[in-house]
Amino acid sequence: MNVLSGVFATLRKVCGSLTGAVGLLIVVLVLACAIFAPWVATHNPDALDVMNRFSRPTGAHWFGTDHLGRDLFSRMVHGASVAMQVAVLSIGSALSLGTGLGILAAYLPMRSERFVLIVFDVISSFPSLVLALAVVAVFGPSTLIVVFIVAVTLVPHFGRVARSQVLTLKNAPFLEAERILGAGWPRMVFHHVVPNILGPLVILASMDIPVVITIEAGLSFLGLGVRPPLASWGTLIQDGYQYLSETWVPVVVSSVALGLATLGFTLFGEALRDAVDPRIGREH
Amino acid sequence: MRPDTVRYLTSRLVTTALIVLGAMLLLFTLSSIVPGDPAAILLGPQASPEFSKRFISEMGLDQPIHIRMWRFFSNVLRGDLGTDVVSGRSVVSMIANVIPYTLVLTFSAITLAVVTGIPLGIFAATHRGTVVDNILAFISVAFIAVPGFVVAIFLLLIFAIWLNWLPVLGTSRSGDLVDEFRRMILPTVALALGWIGFIARLVRTSMLEVMGENYIRTSRAFGLSERLITYKYALKNACIPTITILGLGIGRLLGGAVLIEIVFARPGLGRLIYGAISERNYPVVQGAVLVVVVVFVLVNLLVDLSYSAIDPRIRHGSGSGGAAG
Repeated sequence: MNVLSGVFATLRKVCGSLTGAVGLLIVVLVLACAIFAPWVATHNPDALDVMNRFSRPTGAHWFGTDHLGRDLFSRMVHGASVAMQVAVLSIGSALSLGTGLGILAAYLPMRSERFVLIVFDVISSFPSLVLALAVVAVFGPSTLIVVFIVAVTLVPHFGRVARSQVLTLKNAPFLEAERILGAGWPRMVFHHVVPNILGPLVILASMDIPVVITIEAGLSFLGLGVRPPLASWGTLIQDGYQYLSETWVPVVVSSVALGLATLGFTLFGEALRDAVDPRIGREH
Repeated sequence: MRPDTVRYLTSRLVTTALIVLGAMLLLFTLSSIVPGDPAAILLGPQASPEFSKRFISEMGLDQPIHIRMWRFFSNVLRGDLGTDVVSGRSVVSMIANVIPYTLVLTFSAITLAVVTGIPLGIFAATHRGTVVDNILAFISVAFIAVPGFVVAIFLLLIFAIWLNWLPVLGTSRSGDLVDEFRRMILPTVALALGWIGFIARLVRTSMLEVMGENYIRTSRAFGLSERLITYKYALKNACIPTITILGLGIGRLLGGAVLIEIVFARPGLGRLIYGAISERNYPVVQGAVLVVVVVFVLVNLLVDLSYSAIDPRIRHGSGSGGAAG
């Protein structure tokens, strides 16, 4: 109950600014499409209808059809679900792994801590898209690899913030008191440290969503991410781009969808940060 | 040099070397776990057993892993990134052929971002709270949020296909500079747009922060003109975060350039890597990715080292060091 009313209070603050409200609206729309894709979509996204290829937007096909006559609206709705799955899976694993490593680093002796930080430096010194290319070159394109790469490159991001949060928290009197009372480390970490550092990390995570959507779409656009016939916004743009001389509708419709989604998540993430704690993630 | 400066420099150099070594280790590991028989993949199913045997021993693929690793490391350190398995050319020369295109694109994008972003940021900061400030704020977010390759596709559609103002794809073949410049415009804008928004926002925030400092108030009290204060004192200090962000951003810019090059069919590192992936030409991917990482790490090092030159207050290793100047 308490948590829920806190969430509502934060969302009300997010809606306080016009950009925050617009962001929230787009986020809700994208999430609704992602979760209820089979019901929102008007057609089977993979149903071919070659006789009806490159159809202009009509009453039956709201956004027209692609080069195989597949309904673009339905494919875009399913694309939202692919984008959200990739985002949730990769950010979720990066968040948990990064937080774990960050907490560990903060409690480790000086030398081991430096080692963890150097590993973070090494990972973040890889341009993530280029790293993805190197991995895809070996294993071939797949959605799982996109998730894995994005997760790995985001770990240092969460790890550093978690570590610095723990460092400011470590010597707080209430933790000291717990320790004196004989609390073991699981209780210290899961009951006290994690809940206290989670806020900033969740905001960072929400601000990473548009970045992840962009990477997934970019790799899929190159044909190195999500495999056809699965509809990702990136593959939709690629399909449309290949047939640009026939019609510009698919390219424009799917790029606008991708652009609006990243814009919406960015606006929402920033409004969320400003509502909760304006100091977080500023350098980003 | 002061001892703490020396210590800082040493630790930075060591970290940089470690990062490059880590990258090499990762790329080597990836290359050694390529699934399937490398000879069959590279030579195709029709290759005779004798030929693939000779190929394997020529490439050193039959050696134990530690020997291959040693060979890879020592070759890379001598500047030998291996041979392209398809054309037989050296990977270094292939990279050297295309890298100027990528570097020119990246640096013209940075230049465009800086010369547009900084004035926009100053304007927003000096007109704080006005309608123009709010509009600029929204445009900046939009520029940052929308993926570069989407911008590229739209620029292509609008300016090259619908309006037919600028040439669409590729580079000029004749070495015609004017034509080449016209072909650079769209890719540069597409790559720079996000950074224009980024820099404009950053300059605005840091200007507003600096303008509240004591030394600005003191300068005002001394009767210095607002112009001089804004452009000489405030801007100079507001530029430091911009440089940091640019240094960190080089990696993302290079990554973005990969996509932009493919959209505009321009030669460059991106196209080289992309082409090599589709023909499963791993030595080329490996070499090109390594070069990108090294460029990225070196730029970061330069950025770090340039702080103390720009801002004498920054003295590494000893906390805040001396007060202003």
